[in-house]
Amino acid sequence: MTSSGCSAPISEQERGAFAELSQETLALTRRLFLQLIRRPSTLIAGVLQPLIWLILFGALFANAPDGLLPGGMSYGRFLGAGVIVFTAFSGALNAGLPVMFDREFGFLNRLLVAPLRSRSSIVLASVIYITAISLLQSLAIMLTAALLGYGWPGAAGLLLVMVTLLLLVFAVTALSLGLAFALPGHIELIAVIFVTNLPLLFASTALAPLSFMPSWLGWLAALNPLTFAIEPIRAAYRGPLDLSAVLFEAPYGDVSGFACLSVLVVLTIGLFLLIRPLLNRKLS
Amino acid sequence: MALIELRQLNKSYGSVIALRDLNLSVQEGCLFGFLGPNGAGKTTTLRILATLLSPDSGDVQVAGLNALENPRAVRRALGYVAQEVAIDKILTGRELMRLQGDLYHMLPRDRDARIADLVERLGMSDWIDRRCGTYSGGMRRRLDLATGLLHRPRLLVLDEPTVGLDIESRAAIWDLLRRLVSQGTSVLLSSHYLEEVEALADRMAIIDGGTVIAEGSPDDLKRRLGGDRVTLRVREFSDEDESQRVQQLLNGVEGVIQVVVNRAQGHSLNLVIENDAVVDRLRGRLADAEIPVFALAQSRPSLDDVYLQATGRTLMDAELAVAGQRDVKQERRQSM
Repeated sequence: MTSSGCSAPISEQERGAFAELSQETLALTRRLFLQLIRRPSTLIAGVLQPLIWLILFGALFANAPDGLLPGGMSYGRFLGAGVIVFTAFSGALNAGLPVMFDREFGFLNRLLVAPLRSRSSIVLASVIYITAISLLQSLAIMLTAALLGYGWPGAAGLLLVMVTLLLLVFAVTALSLGLAFALPGHIELIAVIFVTNLPLLFASTALAPLSFMPSWLGWLAALNPLTFAIEPIRAAYRGPLDLSAVLFEAPYGDVSGFACLSVLVVLTIGLFLLIRPLLNRKLS
Repeated sequence: MALIELRQLNKSYGSVIALRDLNLSVQEGCLFGFLGPNGAGKTTTLRILATLLSPDSGDVQVAGLNALENPRAVRRALGYVAQEVAIDKILTGRELMRLQGDLYHMLPRDRDARIADLVERLGMSDWIDRRCGTYSGGMRRRLDLATGLLHRPRLLVLDEPTVGLDIESRAAIWDLLRRLVSQGTSVLLSSHYLEEVEALADRMAIIDGGTVIAEGSPDDLKRRLGGDRVTLRVREFSDEDESQRVQQLLNGVEGVIQVVVNRAQGHSLNLVIENDAVVDRLRGRLADAEIPVFALAQSRPSLDDVYLQATGRTLMDAELAVAGQRDVKQERRQSM
């Protein structure tokens, strides 16, 4: 060390931008995980709720007439993909809540008076945290689904599941963080989450196929981003992977696996660009 | 060169004007007291210094750096302890300090050594590894002070550091601040406690209505005010008539500047006199009129008098006056 004794402020020493960025991001992420470990109820509820969906909904429609589902799939297997996506989606939708509480309690100010290399670390820490939680929850559901006899995707399928979930989680986390900085308080944020959550689930192909829906709902479901995440995962469970195959027949035309992933990529990039000005306004 | 240089700061929250053409200059190495009633603009000024808020117009220099153009360098130089203690209840004090150290990019070994040192100095070792949610107000304040000092800032900015604290915690914080200044850290603290500023500050400014109305050392300000104070009681409890008779009698004495009947304190008389010699003349006049003297006390002007002189009202009156005018919603939105 070239410092002139122990009283020299370490912070004035020249350190690389990357080292500083990772130090602050890691510290902020560690805080979120410490909160989770000491207050695990959100995680437990986050895993239990989809499991209940899977078991109850699976049982409710276990006797659905043959031919309802494409390819004579069992309802439980059909539902699995929907519940996985819905879990990741609602988890990511809540990503803004901790940030909102930090704003309200003034903890964010503690971060803002610190000489952060980039205030994006605050956003990045949330994204890392939510992504990890979502993947963990999804894995728990996939294991349960496998135990219930609803199958398990192959190695390539698993990769597709992860990529799809990551894209969806990034997009929705961006949306939620944007809301956390745009809305006046947590009451409003919770209201938005509440109003968004279930309608998006029902207006997607999570619980029933497009062919089963009245045409207006079919249109909604065919435009719903959740559908674009559910169908690739469903395909991953169906067997040999072919991204160029048609995954669902939307009223506006057939949609392939590539098309689904492209839509998710565009959505993610679009949302990050959309929230940038919001974050900049509050964070710089 | 001054450590802090604020020039012509203006800031409004909606239609409420928080700062108007505020100027302030603070030299390195001193403990500067920023005195004013609630709502005078103290917190707004400090938030601008801490780069949490931008002024509508004006210039902010800290340690020779323009805070508006180079906020990151200013954040490094400055430790800010806000009025509302923002802690994470789930973390322990030590974890919170580690987080803080990482946000200031301290090397882990230096960070942990510095934490250990501060824990020791602030007497926090018994509870630093307990969760912050269990802390009392005084413990939280001390923790907050420790986090503000962690990265060894040149300047520590404290917003009302002892408000609502027990006497023991207040004494501990005063003690620490004095030691810091003697070791070379500059401290700027806002307060609406006169005695706090009087006890701690080398230099001070009085802020009222968003602008600095008086500046100097506490002694300077008192000296500038001039005159001694005399408190006189002719009986332990006089009635109003008697006090007013004595008031008229003493008004005529040479060297008496002002006589006020203090209704709140048993109709005692508060006098402002030119110098010591006047006291003898007062005693003589009272003896001639055969008026007894239960108590007569002479004192130098207090900061309270300075404040009264500068603003034309007491600190308490000023607080009552602004209490109804604040746009709390607007301020809150700004603070988020």
